[in-house]
Amino acid sequence: MRRELRGQKIGFGVLLLATLLVVIPVAAIVALVIAKGWGALSWEFLFSMPRDGMRAGGIFPAIIGTVYLVFISLAFALPIGVMAAIYLTEYAKDNLLTRIINLAIINLAGVSSVVFGLFGLSLFVVFLKFGVSIISGALTLGIMALPVIITTTREALRSVPDAYREVSFSLGASRWQTVRHAVLPRALSGILTGAILSVGRVAGETAPILFTVAAFYLPNLPTGLSDQAMALPYHLYVITTQIPGIPESFRYGTALVLIGIVLIMNVIATVVRSRASRKK
Amino acid sequence: MERKEARVPVWKTLAAFLAAGSLAFSAVSCGGKRAGSGGAAALQIKGSDTMVNLGQAWAEAYNKLHPEINVAVTGGGSGTGIAAILNGTCDIAESSRDLEEKEIQQAEEAGTVVHETIVALDGIVVVVHPSNPVSALTMDQLREIFMGNVKRWSAFGGENRPIVLLSREVNSGTHIFFKEHVLRRGKSKGPEEFAPAALMMPSSYAIAEETARNENAIGYYGLGYISPRQKVLSVSRDDRSPAVPPKIETVRSGAYPISRPLYFFTRGGPSGTVKDILDFVLSPEGQEIVRATDFVPIR
Amino acid sequence: MKLSPRRLREFVIERLIFLSGIASIVFVLLIFVFLLREGVSVLKTASLGEFLGGHLWYPISAPPRLGILPLILGSLLVTAGAVVIAVPLGIAAAFYIAEVAPKRLRPVLKSFVEVLSAIPSVVLGFIGITILVPFLKSLLNLPTGLTAFSGSLMLAFMALPTIITISEDAINAVPREYRDGALALGATHWQTLRRVIIHGALPGIIAAAMLGIGRVFGETMAVMMVTGNAAVIPHSLFEPVRTLTATIAAEMGEAAKGSPHYFALFAVGIVLFIISFAINLTADLLLNRGRKK
Repeated sequence: MRRELRGQKIGFGVLLLATLLVVIPVAAIVALVIAKGWGALSWEFLFSMPRDGMRAGGIFPAIIGTVYLVFISLAFALPIGVMAAIYLTEYAKDNLLTRIINLAIINLAGVSSVVFGLFGLSLFVVFLKFGVSIISGALTLGIMALPVIITTTREALRSVPDAYREVSFSLGASRWQTVRHAVLPRALSGILTGAILSVGRVAGETAPILFTVAAFYLPNLPTGLSDQAMALPYHLYVITTQIPGIPESFRYGTALVLIGIVLIMNVIATVVRSRASRKK
Repeated sequence: MERKEARVPVWKTLAAFLAAGSLAFSAVSCGGKRAGSGGAAALQIKGSDTMVNLGQAWAEAYNKLHPEINVAVTGGGSGTGIAAILNGTCDIAESSRDLEEKEIQQAEEAGTVVHETIVALDGIVVVVHPSNPVSALTMDQLREIFMGNVKRWSAFGGENRPIVLLSREVNSGTHIFFKEHVLRRGKSKGPEEFAPAALMMPSSYAIAEETARNENAIGYYGLGYISPRQKVLSVSRDDRSPAVPPKIETVRSGAYPISRPLYFFTRGGPSGTVKDILDFVLSPEGQEIVRATDFVPIR
Repeated sequence: MKLSPRRLREFVIERLIFLSGIASIVFVLLIFVFLLREGVSVLKTASLGEFLGGHLWYPISAPPRLGILPLILGSLLVTAGAVVIAVPLGIAAAFYIAEVAPKRLRPVLKSFVEVLSAIPSVVLGFIGITILVPFLKSLLNLPTGLTAFSGSLMLAFMALPTIITISEDAINAVPREYRDGALALGATHWQTLRRVIIHGALPGIIAAAMLGIGRVFGETMAVMMVTGNAAVIPHSLFEPVRTLTATIAAEMGEAAKGSPHYFALFAVGIVLFIISFAINLTADLLLNRGRKK
C-alpha cells in the first residue's frame, strides 16, 4: 500500500507541476504587462490623438475604433445569434437539418481568423463594394462572434426548466409566446453573459480587420460606417513591428489597455453569471 | 411576485449598457470633430513604408502652414500606394520604386494619366551587427550572400558564424529595388531571387531591431533608418572600385552604388491642393525636412 | 384560422427565427464559395501538384512560383510543437484542477485559465517578440530567436485554455459510479485517475486536444510575429519557418487584385479552411460519441 501511496504522491506532484507551468507564465505575463504598461496610462494616453509619428500623445483613435467595431458587430451578431439559438432549442426537430446546422456552427467557430479576413475582403470590401470600412470590418467580426453567441445563448435557454414551457403551453400560449414570455426572461442573464464574452473575443482580433478596416494612421476619428478606422490590436502590431522610437511603456500600455478591456468584459460576464445562478 | 422584482436588475443592466453605448457614440462623434480640425475630408497619401515617416513629417509641416487641410498618411508598401492611385482611392502615392510594366499597362487601359515626381533620393544601406568584423563588401559579394549561395561569415573575413538573412516582404519597394539592382545586377527581370531561407521581416524597423541584437544578421533598408545600433557597410561596385560608405553626398553623387529616387505619383497634371503639396515638398523647406529625416535632398 | 395581426406578427417572427437558424450554414457556405471564387483561379498559373507540392514561394516573380509546401510544413511543424507542449500539460493541469486541487483553490485556478484565454493573439506575439525571442536566442545559442519553436511556445499558450476546460468537462462528466466503484475496490485516488477516469473521459479529452490543435493551426498574429517568416522547408524546430496563416496576413494587403499572387493567397485560405474543417469535424464526432456513452 505504501508503494501505491508513494506513486500517488509522485503522480499528484507531476499534475501539480503541470498546473504550475500553466499558471505561473500567465501570472508573469499579466504582471509584466501591468508593471511596464501602467506608467503609460494617463488621461492623455487614453483620450488624446497620437502625435509625432505616434511616438507621443495617445491611442484614443485606436480605442474608439475598437469600440465602434465591437458595438456594430454585436448589433449584427446578437439578434441573429439569439434567434438562431432560439430556433435550435425551441423549434428545431431532431433531424438532418439540425445536425447540419450544428456542424456548421462548430465549423464557423473553428475557421482561422485570417480566413475570416479573406472572406470579409472578398465579400464585403470587394463584392458588395463597401470598401475598407468600419461596416466591412464589423460585419466580418460579427460573423466570427456568431458561434460564441449561439452556443452561450443555447446553454442559457437549455437551462430554463421545461416546466415553464409546459405550464405556458397548458395555458394555451403559442410557441412564440412561450418563448417570449416564459423562457427568454429567465435566460436573459445567460444571453448577456454570452454577449459580453464575445465582446472580449471580438475586441482582441487582428487578422479579420487587417484587410477590411484597419488603418495605420488617421488624423481624424471615423465619423461614419464607410470610414476606415484604427483599432487596438492592429495598433499594437504596428507599434511593435513597424515604427522605431516608440517608448517601451507605450507598447506595454497599449497591450495593457487591450488585455484590460478583454479582462473587464470577462469579469462583468462572470459577475452577471454568478448573480443569475445565485438567484436560481 | 418576488421573481419579477429580482429580475429587474438584469433589465436595468441591459438598458444601462445600451444607454452607455449610445452616450459613448455621441460623445465620440462630437469629440471626433473636436480632435480633428474642421472635419474636412483628409487628403490621402499612401504607399511606401520606407517613405512613411518622411511623408508624415511633410504632412505635419504642411498642416502647420495650412491648418484647415488634413493629410492622412498610411503605409502598406509602394505596391499598395500605386494600386491605390490607379484605383483612385488615394491622392498621392509614395513609392520607393518606379512603375512596373504591369502597372503602366493598367493605367493605359483605364485611361488614367499618372504623373511622376521625384521628391527625394535614398540610399539602401546594408547593415550588420556592430560586433561583426566585416566592414565592406562588393556588389557581387552581396549578391552571393542574399541569394543564399554563401552561408557563413568566415567567407568574408568574419567569424565562423552562420549568416542570417533579413529581407523585407515581397511587395515592398525596398525589397524589389534590392532584388533588381543587387541580385539581378540592374535588370528588372531575371531568375535571381532572395534565398528561401531569408527571413521576411514586417518592416525596415523590424530589420533594424533584429540586426541590432543578432551578431549573425545582415539586412538592408533605407538611409533614413540608420542608427548607431547597427553597423553600416561600405559597398564597392566591383573588386577594383573603392568601397563607398552611404552618405548624403555619396548618394547624390552616385558614388554609392545602391541608391534610388523616391517618388510621388499623382493622377493627371497635379492641381489644387495636391499641386500645392508637391510644391511644398520640393521647396527648400520641404527638402530640409528630407535631410532631417535622413534622406537625400534632390538639390 | 383568422389572420389576426398578432398571428401575422408571430408568423413573421418565426420565419426570422428559422432564417437565423440556418444562418450558420449560409455563412459557412458563403465563406467556402467566396474563397473558391478567387482561389480556384490559381490553377491558371500553377497546377494543383505544383501548388501543393512545390517548394518555392516567389509569388510576384515572372513567372510566379507558387509552391506552398514550405508553408504547409511550417504550419504543421509549429502546430506539432505546440501540441507536444500543450496537450500533456493541459490534460495534466485539467486533472489537477478537476480532481486533486483543494476545493477552495479550484475557482482560483480556473480564473487563471480564463485570464489566459482572454489574452489576445497579438499581445502574445508582442510578448513573444519582445521577451521570448531574444531569450531563446541567447539561451540556446541559436542563429536567431525567430524560430518555429518560439511560435510553438506562444501557440501552446493559446491552446491550453481550450484543452484544459474541455478536458475538465470530460473528467467531471465521468459518472460517480466509476470512481466510487474503483475506490471501493481499494484503489488509491491516483490509481483511480490513471486507470478508470482517464478511460471514461478519453473521448472528451481527445476532442479537447483536437479542438486545441484546430485553434493552433489557424492562429495568425502570434506566429507571424515570432517565427521569422522564412518560406523554406524546415529541418528543425529551431529554425525560422513561415506558416500558411502568416503568409496570407503579411502579403494580402499588397497583392494586386486579380494577380496570380492574389488568387494564390485565396487558395492558401482554402487549404486552411479544409484542414480546419477536418480537424473540427473529427473533434465534434468524438465529443458526441463521448456524450452518448
